[in-house]
Amino acid sequence: MHYLWAFLVGGTLCVAGQLLIDLTNLTPARVLVLYVTSGVLLSAVGLYGPLAELAGAGATVPLTGFGHLLAQGVKRAVDEQGLLGALTGGGAACAAGVAASLLTGVAASLLTKSHDQN
Amino acid sequence: MKPDKEQYARLLKQACPRSPLLRDCLWAFFVGGGICLLGEGIRTAWLAAGHTLSDAGALTSATLIVISGVLTGLGWYQKLASKAGAGTLVPITGFANAVVSPAIEFRCEGLVTGVGARMFSIAGPVLVYGLLASAVWGVIWWLIRPWLL
Repeated sequence: MHYLWAFLVGGTLCVAGQLLIDLTNLTPARVLVLYVTSGVLLSAVGLYGPLAELAGAGATVPLTGFGHLLAQGVKRAVDEQGLLGALTGGGAACAAGVAASLLTGVAASLLTKSHDQN
Repeated sequence: MKPDKEQYARLLKQACPRSPLLRDCLWAFFVGGGICLLGEGIRTAWLAAGHTLSDAGALTSATLIVISGVLTGLGWYQKLASKAGAGTLVPITGFANAVVSPAIEFRCEGLVTGVGARMFSIAGPVLVYGLLASAVWGVIWWLIRPWLL
């Protein structure tokens, strides 16, 4: 059941992105920024948590889930450290994903050659 | 001929054939959903290996990022992306692709100003506005917290 919800919710979030690209001419970079900030907002108002519980990776793998991760991290950090947590929480929460991306990027740039983009 | 705004819009419409919306959306749905399904499988495996819920989430992201990096290095992710559009952009694998792809592309400009700087051309804005939004939420939560607890 979890798998079905993951597929449906993840697919739906991607279709929403596709509609934004096709109908509004938003560039991919803008769509990603929009998704992350929407994720923070939806998490802050308490809507994204229940969705993540229902759909698992279907909600956490799309970039809105990255925003949810940031918002959760900040909330927890503020609970523990007070106002300082507003600065530390987000970075700590996304550290694994960012570091994994950067290390993969450096490794790939050293090991592979540029492909024709077409 | 110097076209006015209206003529220009018409010419632009003729020049760029609209990609059929339904086909784009079906591709995005099935590929995007499929990537999330793969993520759910990986998450279940990390949970079964005895990791906590939040650790399993971070490990799932890291696993997908490495998979996406390898596929980008092989040039396969871009091929899929040309069909799947937002289906490959919106998942975390799209974020990884946006980091890895320019890193490979701009290797010829050097490790610092090429690889190091260009990696952030798309990931940078995502992190800037993600962290900005989360910091704002942190201050709001700090302000309303005393009333809620």
